[in-house]
Amino acid sequence: MWKWLHPYANPETTYHLSDRVIPWFGWLSGSLLTIGLVWALLFAPADYQQGDSFRIFYLHVPAASLSMGIYLGMAIAALCGMVWQLKLSDAAVAALAPVGAVFTAIALFTGAAWGKPMWGTWWVWDARLTSELVLLFLYLGVIAINNAFEDKQMAGKAASIIALVGVINLPIIKYSVEWWNTLHQGATVSKLGKPAMSLEMFWPFVVCFLGFAFFVATVTCIRFKTEILLRNSSRPWVKNLMLEQAE
Amino acid sequence: MEQGNVLSYFNLFKLVLSRDLKIALRHRDDVLNPLLFFIIIITLFPLGIGPEPQTLAKIAPGIIWVSALLATLLSLDRMFKSDYQDGALEQLLLSPYPSFIWVLAKVIAHWILTGIPLIIIAPVLAAMLNLPAESFLATFWTLLLGTPVLSFIGAIGAALTVGLKKGGVLLSLIILPLYIPVLIFATSAIDAASYGLPYGGQLAIIGALLVGALTLTPFAITSALKVSTN
Repeated sequence: MWKWLHPYANPETTYHLSDRVIPWFGWLSGSLLTIGLVWALLFAPADYQQGDSFRIFYLHVPAASLSMGIYLGMAIAALCGMVWQLKLSDAAVAALAPVGAVFTAIALFTGAAWGKPMWGTWWVWDARLTSELVLLFLYLGVIAINNAFEDKQMAGKAASIIALVGVINLPIIKYSVEWWNTLHQGATVSKLGKPAMSLEMFWPFVVCFLGFAFFVATVTCIRFKTEILLRNSSRPWVKNLMLEQAE
Repeated sequence: MEQGNVLSYFNLFKLVLSRDLKIALRHRDDVLNPLLFFIIIITLFPLGIGPEPQTLAKIAPGIIWVSALLATLLSLDRMFKSDYQDGALEQLLLSPYPSFIWVLAKVIAHWILTGIPLIIIAPVLAAMLNLPAESFLATFWTLLLGTPVLSFIGAIGAALTVGLKKGGVLLSLIILPLYIPVLIFATSAIDAASYGLPYGGQLAIIGALLVGALTLTPFAITSALKVSTN
């Protein structure tokens, strides 16, 4: 595996690889999202209890699970950067953090928009909502520390440390928030408890989820390319590339 | 204490600890200001919320702990600052001794200078906030076990931001979310104690957080210091 991965430690190779995969990811994401969202919003059956407002589920759940998945991916990249001193890992952390933050914000916003008609309130201090909010804070911390350093390499290392500290803390925060909630509210039935889903509702969800996942991949690859260029701006291959594109 | 050029780990620990304490005691303001900050914040809450004893007693654990978090945060900035500026930090990093030992000593020195004063003054403030007498012991225990965790986690942020000109706000942004578990378990322990319920479970979890922080954070602090000193 190392032999196969080895060339991709070179920024130039990785730059061209991401350049090649972007159109594939982009088209996949575009077509899956079109099919999935049309299917989900127009043709999937309405929920027998929540009616049509349940359809925001098809945005909310992919955004929420991707927000956590992106954090995990970012932490894995940070770990690889710390262990093997890969400079590209820092670029990956910097590329992923804003994407994850936006998805967390989307999850929070769609959650609030869903909560208003269903629970009659924009926000409750439910355990899941609170830990999602804390996740947003952790993302913002990584972004802030990444922007604070002048030197890109120092910034990347600092952001990696914070991402790793965050990923160790995330489960602790999640369980402590759950515990806090049950202590303060007594045994209320979880309002977010998912009803068992019928298959006609499930398949459009899968398509939407994959569409959003490929969307994340596309955006991340574009940002990753930019980060690579920023970090290697003094290298001859970047200069040649820019000259080629200018012509 | 020193034999030739070799220090035992214990002597190294003692040396760094006593050095940091000595330096801090010669700048008394650095020790007193966070404490004053703690007292003033706690004074502001009754003024903002109203003086009803029941209301105050209900929110007292939260007020005490949130103020403790903020006071610790305020004092974190100076943990590595002067050593960074005069080059002592680089010398320590270059020294042949494991960084775990002297990082531990520095963080514990910080806790002695900020955590212990908070623990000493807390009963007075708890009484002013009408906290029931049953909760006093719980307040003491949570502060005793919890404030070192704050110092350890905060030291990571302090180490990362030590080289930055405007590190203060950034420090609070990255560190405060990590303080949430301590806050939750500490306040719920004090709450439980005020109803006469056992609070050993919460204390055990804070203790576990302390042990985890004690063993893991020095590594993160060291790598953060290496980033900052480049």
